[in-house]
Order: sequence, then structure tokens, then C-alpha cells
Amino acid sequence: MSITPRMAERREPPFGALRRTFAMLVKEFIQLKRDRVSFAMIVMIPVMQLLLFGYAINTTPRHLPTAVLLQEDSDLARSVLKALQNTAYFRFTHQVRTVEEFDNLLQSGTVLFGVEIPRGFERAVRRGEHPALLVAADATDPVASGSAMAALGRITETALMHDRVAGDVVPPPFEVRAHARYNPAGASQLNIVPGLTGTILTLTMLIFTALSVTRELERGTMEALLSMPIRPVEVMMGKIIPYVLIGFVQAALIIGLGTSLFGVPIYGSLMALALLSTLFITSMLAVGYTFSTLAQNQLQAMQMSMMFFLPNILLSGFMFPFAGMPGWAQWIGEALPLTHYLRIVRAIMLKGATLENLRYDSLMLLGLTLFAMTIAVTRFRRTLD
Amino acid sequence: MQSVATLETPATDIAIDVHGLSKSFGSRKVVSDLSMQVKRGAIYGFLGPNGSGKTTTIRMLCGLLTPDSGEGTCLGYNIRTEADKIRRHVGYMTQRFSLYQDLSVRENLEFVARLYGLTSPRRAARDMITRLGLNGREEQLAGELSGGWKQRLALGACTLPSPKLLLLDEPTAGVDPKARREFWNEIHALAADGLTVLVSTHYMDEAERCHEIAYIAYGQLLTHGTVQEVIAHSALITYTVNGAQLNGLQAELAGKPGIDMVAPFGNSLHVSGRDEQALEASIAHYRARSDLTWERSEPSLEDVFIELMNRAQDNFR
Ligand SMILES: Nc1ncnc2c1ncn2[C@@H]1O[C@H](COP(=O)(O)OP(=O)(O)OP(=O)(O)O)[C@@H](O)[C@H]1O
Ligand SMILES: [Mg+2]
Repeated sequence: MSITPRMAERREPPFGALRRTFAMLVKEFIQLKRDRVSFAMIVMIPVMQLLLFGYAINTTPRHLPTAVLLQEDSDLARSVLKALQNTAYFRFTHQVRTVEEFDNLLQSGTVLFGVEIPRGFERAVRRGEHPALLVAADATDPVASGSAMAALGRITETALMHDRVAGDVVPPPFEVRAHARYNPAGASQLNIVPGLTGTILTLTMLIFTALSVTRELERGTMEALLSMPIRPVEVMMGKIIPYVLIGFVQAALIIGLGTSLFGVPIYGSLMALALLSTLFITSMLAVGYTFSTLAQNQLQAMQMSMMFFLPNILLSGFMFPFAGMPGWAQWIGEALPLTHYLRIVRAIMLKGATLENLRYDSLMLLGLTLFAMTIAVTRFRRTLD
Repeated sequence: MQSVATLETPATDIAIDVHGLSKSFGSRKVVSDLSMQVKRGAIYGFLGPNGSGKTTTIRMLCGLLTPDSGEGTCLGYNIRTEADKIRRHVGYMTQRFSLYQDLSVRENLEFVARLYGLTSPRRAARDMITRLGLNGREEQLAGELSGGWKQRLALGACTLPSPKLLLLDEPTAGVDPKARREFWNEIHALAADGLTVLVSTHYMDEAERCHEIAYIAYGQLLTHGTVQEVIAHSALITYTVNGAQLNGLQAELAGKPGIDMVAPFGNSLHVSGRDEQALEASIAHYRARSDLTWERSEPSLEDVFIELMNRAQDNFR
């Protein structure tokens, strides 16, 4: 009865920290399992994003609406049009008779391209007069028109070559900038699948942990948790570890779908990819958890995550080539885990890089993870003050 | 004897010993200069109107809030520096239900058992479920339990790691009378095992089930002791009036010199005051009325508290 507490505390069983972390971890797993919507999201977000980016949001769009101003009905004219259609970039939606109609369609945005075959085109070609085949493009969205423009010169040229009449013909003068020179097939998925792996993981991991501490605050369970003997590190690990597994499943899902649906290769070691992906997942969870300890409520935590997510998309090299960014933007980019992970995935998957090649980015990833965790543990408030 | 207890040599017969605790939120002083001693094995009732600082005080006792000033020990541990040790031996039942609503009864108990490092969390949870009479509901989500069962479960969760001190913050709010009685039987059983219990409540009948009570208003501890001591200490003279048309009488009596308080109690009226002579003088005229019967009685605890609160209101507003 009158045993003093100072004696009693020596009975503390071993592996206390591990045991408490385990308690937290089991609890988080059960809660996640109960939360059907979140659970569905774990699978739905990556699959949906990958399919959207891979199929729908194709950055080399095809079958673009095109108007034709055909002022001559010759064999050559028809074979030029056929060749254009065969590139799959152009879809002839309008045939017009006057230049006004032609301009109007372009200006209103009804069509993205206009092709004008001038009167006397075939004869001029035969005489070697280098007539102009006018292709007007709506270049307001360079992404939409760029690839088509690039394909234009080359393919019209081949069309003329195939034509019997054109044995001695010099290609008509087109001024086309060749954007997709190293990507003749326009397979943007090759670059997008590795990039998406990084961005999807960033988004989902960030949100999962960003809500974890504030959720406990809002539901009132934090008060009980804080009154129990658990340390900040243990809370953090207990909340992060379950999602490392979830993140791993997501990464496997994206990369698996990417290779099977879009034929993206993995030239490097799968082990290295798995290892560094786990590290990246942990870093994102740590960042999200840090937001969670800083925010007062779930809304704030979400907003912080979004604030963090935007520069990740813009400055990591996912959207714009990293090398093309100004110095200050590159500096910010270097501080983002996604930047390093994008280099890592692209290098391992597309270029067969090894851990040795990627030492700098791996160490940066590790450093940023530890940095975020340190902030989270020191910022975690053990009182309700 | 109790006041000799210092931080170095904790008196083993005192579970809570705090002096001059104060806490402000912003510019509002919520608890001011509060001192209290709770004996080991006692059931200590903590009463006071809404917003008087009960929860805040309890949070300071278990290290969840840092006092602005004041010192003290809880189970012999310094409340400022040894919160970690306090956590291990104190069970805190929060005012708001704070178990995981999306975890089942069993999972909640196992979580607590694991956190405290009980050797067999599963068995500990199973035993507690039996003890709480929750058999057959162990797989029900905690959030789906009725109010009374929730409170029982919460009590079970905070007694699971065998604490030495229980801090119960309004554990029976919104619980039906039968469940409330069972709850209190449980508290008495725990205290009989040597556990110290500090329990806040708004119910007078519960206050009477405590070994000692303290009353706090506007952050100030106004009185403490056994129920008899608190009533005696109030020096309140109370008359119980029976008769017809008491409504009119209440309005007439209120505010007369010497009459501090007039409150209806069922079919009767309690008329109280601290100044006996002034009170007698004011009611003399009414005592002569044949349709009323006047009887000098003990003030109820409620009379005492309301009178204390009214007085405190005059002092602090
Ligand atoms: N974290 C906080 N920040 C600001 N004010 C607070 C905080 N916690 C409590 N208060 C204020 O302090 C006062 C005392 O609150 P407390 O919860 O201690 O009262 P209580 O006696 O428990 O009341 P009740 O019987 O309603 O539970 C209240 O006015 C409350 O608004
Ligand atoms: Mg309260």
C-alpha cells in the first residue's frame, strides 16, 4: 500500500519505446482499415492519376481539328492532305472556299490548324517553282500545336517523295521548329510515369500524415493521449510507419501499371528503386507530419500541404526542365525531396543508374527526412498550453 | 503535519499537494492562487459552476497544462518537472469522451494496455471488459456506445494500467441515475483498494458521496472539507417555508435585508441568510401568517454553494 512511487517506477518493462510505438502503430492501422474512403483513395488516386496523365492528358495531342482551303483539286493536293491525315495529328473537320472563312475558323478557335492548297499548286511543283503550302497554326497553346508542327515538314516531304511526279522536286519551304526531335513517336508517358510516381506519392503521403495529429486534436483524443506515457518520437513513428507500407504499395502500383500499360522500362536495379522510394515516402510522411504538429486544425494542415505541394510540382523538374530554371528556383528545388526523387526514379528506370551514381540525391533525401523529423519531434507539444 | 510535506520527502499519505496554482489564458485569469491537499485513498469531490476552472486545475495536476505560478506534487512527483512519472501512475478521464470512436471497445482497451506496457494486453482488455460488464459489446465501435456505456468504458480505460490516482472530470455528465449509482459504486470500490480519486461534478448527491469536497468559483477555491464541515462553515441560517402561493412570497422576500437567498425546493421555499438578526427581523412579519409554516433547517449543500457563488460574484465582478 505505502510503496513509494519512486520505487515502483523501476518496474518499467524493457523495450518501452518500441512497445509504445507498436501500440500506436496498431491503432493507426485499425483506424485506417475502418476509414473505407481513405482506404479506397490509396488505390484510386494513383490509378486514376496515372490513367488520366497517361491517356487523357497526352502532352502530344493528336487528331486536332483542321480546316482545309482547297483551291485546286489535283492528285498532288489530295496526296498531301492524305499524308497530313496519316500523321494522326490532323483531323480535317472543315473544308472552306474563301480565305475569310478560313481565318474566321482559326480566330474563333474552332480549328487549331488551317491548310491552304493554292491554285496551280501541282503545276508549280512540276515546274520546280517551290510553291508555298500554307499551314497556319493556332500557336496560343504551344503544347497543343508544337508536336504537330514538328511533324508537318517531315511528313509532307515524305508524301511528296512517294508521289511519282516528285522525282526531281525540292521540298516546299516550311518553317517548322522541331521540338520533339529526340522523341519522334511523341511518347510522353516515358517521362511522365517516373515523374508521376513522385508527385502522386508526394500528394498522398503528405495528406495522410498532415491530418494525423490535428485529427486527434479536433476529435479530443489528443488530451487522453498526452496524459499517457508516450513520447513524441513514439507518436511520430507510430503514425508514420503504417503509411510507409501504404506508400510502398502505391509506388509499386504506379510503377507496375506504368511498365505494363505504357511499356516504360526499368533498366536499373529494382532493389535500389524500392529502397530509395521507401526513403522518399518516409521523407514525405515526415514533412506531412511536421505540418500536422504546426497546424491548429485539419483545414490548416491541408492548406499547408497544398502550399508545399505547388512548388513541388513547379520547381522539382516535374513540369519544367530543371536545368532551364533560374538560379533561385533551382535552389528552392534542391530543398525539395521530390526534386531528388525525380532524378532518382528517372535515372534508375530510364537510364539504369546505380545507387553509386545517385549518392548525392540519396543523401539529400536522407538529410531532408531527418530535418523534417527533427522539427516534428521538437515542435510536438506535450501540453495543451 | 500535511504542510510539512516538502518536494524532497513526499508524504506518503498525501496524493495531491499543491500550493498557489495560477493559470491565465491570455488576459483572463482562470485559476488563481489555488491550493489543495488530497489524502491517499480519499474520494475528493471538486465542484464549481461552469467555467470556474475545474478542468484547468485537473489538467495542471497531471502535467497537461503548465501553471503560471505555484508549485506542488502529485503522488510525490513535482507537477512541473516530473510530468512523465505522473503520467505513468495517474489515470485521467477527460470531460469530453476521448477514446477512439472508430476503434472497438476491445481495441481501445488493448491500445491503452500496450501503451502502458502491460504484459498481456489482450488478457488485460478481456478482463476489463468482463469487469465493466461489456461482454458481447467488445467488438462494438466506441463511438456507437450509448452515453452511459461510453463513460464506463472511459473509466475502465483509465483504471486499466492500475493507477494510484484517478482524475475524473465530470464522469457522470449525461448518465442516467441507475448507471450513475453503479458508476459511483465502482469509484468507491476503487477507493477501497487504496486508489485516490479526484472527481469533478455538478451533482449535489454525488458531492455527498465524497469523503471530502472543494468548491471553486471564478478560479478561487472558496471552501473545502467534509460535507458537514462545508455546511457548518458556511454559517448559513436557513428556513424552510411550506404553504400556498409561495411564488408570490419568493418575490416579496428576495432582496430584503438579511435575506441572501430564496430558492424554491419542490413544494417548499428555502430562505437563507448569514446575518441571523437581520434575517429574523425580515421574516418576522411572514412567520405570523397562518397559511405558512416556517421551520428552521440545515442549509442544503446547494444552498451553500449558490450562496458562495453569489458572494464570489460580488467580489470578482
Ligand atoms: N485552452 C484554453 N484557452 C483559452 N481559454 C480557456 C482554455 N481552456 C479553458 N479556458 C477558459 O477557462 C475557463 C475555465 O475553464 P474550465 O474548463 O477549467 O472550467 P470548468 O470548471 O471545467 O467548467 P465546466 O464545468 O463547464 O467544465 C473557461 O472560461 C474557459 O473558457
Ligand atoms: Mg470542465
